[in-house]
Amino acid sequence: MPEQIPWLTVLTFSPLVGILVLLFLPKANSRALRTAAILTTLVPLVVSLWLFAQYDPSAQAGGIFVEQTPWITAALNSEALNGVASYVYEFQYYLAADGLSLPLIVLAALVATMAAFASVHINKRWKAFYIWFLLLETGMLGVFMARDLVLFFLFFELTLISLFFLIGIWGLFNREKAANTFLIYNGLGSAIMLIAFVLLIVTAGFQSVPDGEAMRLVYSGNYETIMANLADPAAYVNIPDAQANGSNPFFMSEGMRWLVFILIFVAFAIKLPVLPFHTWMLRVHAEAPPSVVMIHSGVLLKMGAYGLLRFGVFLFPQQADDAAYVIALLGVANILYGAITAFVQNEFKLVLAYSSISHMGIVLLGIASLNQIGLQGAVFQLVSHGLISALLFLIVGSLYERTGTTDLRELGGLARALPFMSGVLLTAGMASLGLPGLSGFVGEFLAFLGLFDSMKGVTAIAAVGVILTAVYVLRSVLKITFGPMSERYAALNDARLIEAVPMIALLAFILLLGVYPSILTDSMQHGFDRLFEQLNSRVGG
Amino acid sequence: MDQTQILTGLTWNDAAYLLPEVTLVAMAILITLLDLAMPNKLSRGFIGWLSLAGVVLSLFFVVLQMLQMNPPDGSAGTDVVRLLGDSYRVDDLANILKITLLTATALIILMGIQSIKRDDAITDKGEVYTLLLPAVAGALMLASTADLVTLYVGLELLSISTYVLAGIRKRSVKSSEAAFKYIVLGGISSAFILFGMSYIYGVTGTTNFGGIGAALGPALADYEALIYLGFFFIIGGFAIKIAAAPFHAWAPDVYQGAPVPVTAFLAVVSKGAALAALLRLLFTTVLFQTAMFTGQGTSQFGPDMLFALKALAASAMIVGTTAALRQRNLKRLLALSGVANAGYLLVPIAVGMTPLHTSNISEFAFYFIAYVFMNIGAFAVLSVVGRSAGHDELKGYAGLYYRAPWTAAAMVILLLSLAGLPVSGGFFGKLFILLGAAGREDYWLAAIMIVTSVISYYFYFSIIRQMFLRTGDTGEPIRMPFSAGLTLWICAAATLALGLFPNPLMSWIQDIVSLPADLFILQ
Repeated sequence: MPEQIPWLTVLTFSPLVGILVLLFLPKANSRALRTAAILTTLVPLVVSLWLFAQYDPSAQAGGIFVEQTPWITAALNSEALNGVASYVYEFQYYLAADGLSLPLIVLAALVATMAAFASVHINKRWKAFYIWFLLLETGMLGVFMARDLVLFFLFFELTLISLFFLIGIWGLFNREKAANTFLIYNGLGSAIMLIAFVLLIVTAGFQSVPDGEAMRLVYSGNYETIMANLADPAAYVNIPDAQANGSNPFFMSEGMRWLVFILIFVAFAIKLPVLPFHTWMLRVHAEAPPSVVMIHSGVLLKMGAYGLLRFGVFLFPQQADDAAYVIALLGVANILYGAITAFVQNEFKLVLAYSSISHMGIVLLGIASLNQIGLQGAVFQLVSHGLISALLFLIVGSLYERTGTTDLRELGGLARALPFMSGVLLTAGMASLGLPGLSGFVGEFLAFLGLFDSMKGVTAIAAVGVILTAVYVLRSVLKITFGPMSERYAALNDARLIEAVPMIALLAFILLLGVYPSILTDSMQHGFDRLFEQLNSRVGG
Repeated sequence: MDQTQILTGLTWNDAAYLLPEVTLVAMAILITLLDLAMPNKLSRGFIGWLSLAGVVLSLFFVVLQMLQMNPPDGSAGTDVVRLLGDSYRVDDLANILKITLLTATALIILMGIQSIKRDDAITDKGEVYTLLLPAVAGALMLASTADLVTLYVGLELLSISTYVLAGIRKRSVKSSEAAFKYIVLGGISSAFILFGMSYIYGVTGTTNFGGIGAALGPALADYEALIYLGFFFIIGGFAIKIAAAPFHAWAPDVYQGAPVPVTAFLAVVSKGAALAALLRLLFTTVLFQTAMFTGQGTSQFGPDMLFALKALAASAMIVGTTAALRQRNLKRLLALSGVANAGYLLVPIAVGMTPLHTSNISEFAFYFIAYVFMNIGAFAVLSVVGRSAGHDELKGYAGLYYRAPWTAAAMVILLLSLAGLPVSGGFFGKLFILLGAAGREDYWLAAIMIVTSVISYYFYFSIIRQMFLRTGDTGEPIRMPFSAGLTLWICAAATLALGLFPNPLMSWIQDIVSLPADLFILQ
C-alpha cells in the first residue's frame, strides 16, 4: 500500500463515509442498511489489522504511525508583550498509533464489525441506528489515536453523545433512565477530565519557541509537548515562582500535579468503572441493546483504562508511583466486589456486568504494578476481556431473541435445543474464568505476576478473586446450558449463519491470543520505555 | 498601526461614518409612513421584507467601513474614528459587534416574518418592524459608545422600543403582563445605571470613558467609597439588562409573554449590546486600576470590581443552570439558559488582563457569535413547534423526530452547542473562555463553568429525549415555513462550521482588533 495515504485518517473517518452512503438508502430496507453498515466497518478492521501487522515494535519511536497537521492556531493578542512574534493556542489534528494504541484499535474495529453483525436483532429505525453506530465507531477509534488533548476530548464526547442515543432509543424497557444515568455520570467524568486538560494546557502545554529575533509563545494541546514539558526540569512548568522573578503563571506546584492526577484518575475511573462509580454501567449493561453492550463492554470501558494509562500514569509517573498502592487496593476491591456480587445475581446480564467490574480490577492491578510485565498484562487483559465480553453479549443477544428472557431462573438445559450456541457460551465462560489456552488466562497471569514483584500480599488476596470467578461463571453458564429444559424452549432454532459468523470470529481471536500471546505482547515491547526511564531516574536521583 | 482620526465637528463627510445607524432610523421612518398611509385592507407582509432590506443595507455599510479601516491588501488602515467630541467611536471592536448584532437581527426578522404574519394577537403587524429598527439602532450605539451620555441614550432607545415590543401581542394578557414587568424592571435598571453614572461624573468631572479612566486613579485617593458605589450601581443596572442572576427574575416571564421573534431579540441582541457596552466601559476605566497598569498592590479598586463581576458571573451560571433544571416550558427554559450564558459571557470581562493574557475580546466575541447562531436557531424551531402544538411546553416536542426529522436533526446540533458539547461553536466558545480563565489562574471560575455546563446537559438532553425517544400525540408532519427553515439551517450550519473550524473566525477577530486603539482610550 502506498505511503502517502493517511491511513490513520482513513481508519478513523471511514465510518463517516459509510454514514453518507446510508443516508441515500431507503429507510425501510433493513437488509440493505445492515449490509452497508457491515461493509463499512470492514474498512477500519482491514486497515487496523494491516497497520498492526506493519508495526515494528523493535524500531522504538520509528515504528509509530503518526499523522499531524495544525488544526486550530488561534492567535492571542501579543500587543501587550514586547519581543513576541506571536502568541497562540495551538491545537493539532494529531493522530498516532503506537504499541499501546494499536491492539486497542484492532479490538475496537473488530468488535464494531461483530456488533454490526449482531445488530440483526434491531427491529426499528434501522437507518438512524446504523448512523449513530458508525458515529460511535469513529469516536472510539479516534479516542485511541488522538494525541491532542482537545482532539481527544472531541472524540471522547462523540462516543458519549452517540451512545446516549443508542441506549435511549433502542434499549429495553427502562432505556430512558439508563440513558440518563449514563449521560450524567459520563458527563461528569468528561467535565472532570476537561478541567484537568485545561489545567494541563495552560501550564504544561505552554512553551516558547524562538522565531527569528522574537519569541513565539504557544499554549499547546499536543500530548507529546505536554509530556516532554512535564518531564523537563528546564520547562516553564517546572520552574517555581521564586526562581522566575517572583511569579511564573505556568508553574505547576506539587499539589497542583496531584490535583490534576487525581482529576484524571477520577475521570477515567468513572469510565472504567472503578468501584464507587460503577452503578451507571450496570444500568447500561441491563438496558442497552445487546449489540451496543458488545461495544460498550468490549471497547468503551477500555477507554477508561487507556486514558488512565495515557494521561494519568504516563504524564504523572511519580504520582502514579506514589499512588500505586491505592490503585492496587481499588483493583482488589473491584475484583472481589464484582465477583461476589456476580455470584448472587439472577439476571445473566448483571452477572456479566459485575464480571466486567471484576475483570477491570485486574487491569488496575496491572497498572499499579508499574513494570513491564504488569502493564503488558493490563493491556492484554483489556483486549482479552474486550473480546470475551463482546462474545458473551453476542450470545446474550441471540438468547434473548429466542427465549425472551435472560433470567437464570427461567433458563436451563439449552444445550439440547441450542447445541452450537451453548458450546460457544461454555467456551466463552471458560475464557472468562481464565482457563489456560484461552486469552483470559494470559492477561490475568501477567497482571498478577507483575504485581507480585512489588506487592505480594495484595496479589495474594486478589488471586482469591480468580477462584470466585470460576464459581460464578460456572454457576451461571451451567445453569443456562444444563439441567432440565423448559418445554417452551424445545422448538428453538440454533444460531443462524449471520449470528454464527461473529461468534466464530471472536472465538478464533480468543483462542489465538490464548495459544500465541506474544503476537500481542511483542507489539508492546517498547510501549512503556519512556515511563520506566522516568521512574528509574526518580529512583536514581 | 495606531492611526486615529479625531473628528470634533460633524461634517457631511464624517456623517458617513454614522450611515449604519442612519439607515436604520431612516428605514424606520419610511416604514412608519408607509404603514400609516396604506389602506387598512392591504397586507403588511412586505413591510417585514422591507425592514430586512434595511438591516441588510446597514450591515453592508458596516462591512464597507470595516474594509475601509482594514484594507484587505494589507496596507495601513485606520484604527479608530472618534466622532462627536469623542463620544462615539467607530473602531474594530464596534464593527465586529455591529456585524454580529445586525446579522442576528436579520436572522430574527427572517425567522419571524411568517410567525408575525400569522399571529392573530398582534393587531398591528407593521408596528413590530417600526419598533425593531430603532431598537437595533440603539444596540449599535451601545457597541460604539465612548461616553456615558451616549451610552444612556443608546440603552434607552433599545429599552423603550423593546418594552413596547414585549407587549405587542395586544390581545394576549400574558404579553401585556410581560411588557409591564419589563417596563418596571427596565426602569429600575435605568435608574440604577443613571444613579451610578451621576457619582462617577461627580467624582471625575467628565462623562467620557477615556477621561474617566484617566481621572479615576487620582480620584480614588479622595472618593473611594463614592466610586465603589457608582460602579456597583452601574454593574447592578447592567446585570438587570443582561439578565444575570440575581437580577434575572424578570427574564422568564417576559420571554414567555413576548412573541418568539421579540424573545429572540431580547435574548440575543439586547443582551449582547448591553454586554458590549459594559465591556467597553469597564475595560476603559476599571481595568486601568488593575495590576497590569498600576503595578502590584497600589489599589484594591480594580481587583475588587473584577471580583464583583466574577461573583456575578458565577451566580448567573449557577442560578441559571439550576433553575432551568425543573423548567418544563421551553421559552422559560431558554430564558434561564440565557441567564447562564450571560454568566459565561461575563467571564472574559471579569478575569481582566495581564501582559500574558489579553485575548479577552476574542473570547467574548467568539462565544457571543456562537451564542447568536445557536440561540436564534433554537428560537426558530420553537416558533414553528410552538405554533403547531399551541403551547411552548416540553411535551410539545415529543416525537418531533417522526414529525419533522430534519428539523429535529438541526435542533440536536443547536442543543449540543448550547450544552457546550463538541462538535459545535458553543464548545469552542466555552473552551476559549475556559482557557482564558484558567490562564489567569481563576481556577474556581473555570470549575464552575465546567460543572454548570455538565448540569445543563440534563435539560438540553431532556429536549432531545422528547424529540427522539418519545412519540407524540399526533403523528402529523410539521411543515417548516421557508423563511424559518432557512434561518434554522443557516444557524445550524454556522454552529457546526464554528465547531469544526473555529480558527478563521478566532484569528480574524484577533487580527483586526488592536488593544491600544480599540480599548485603551487614552487622551
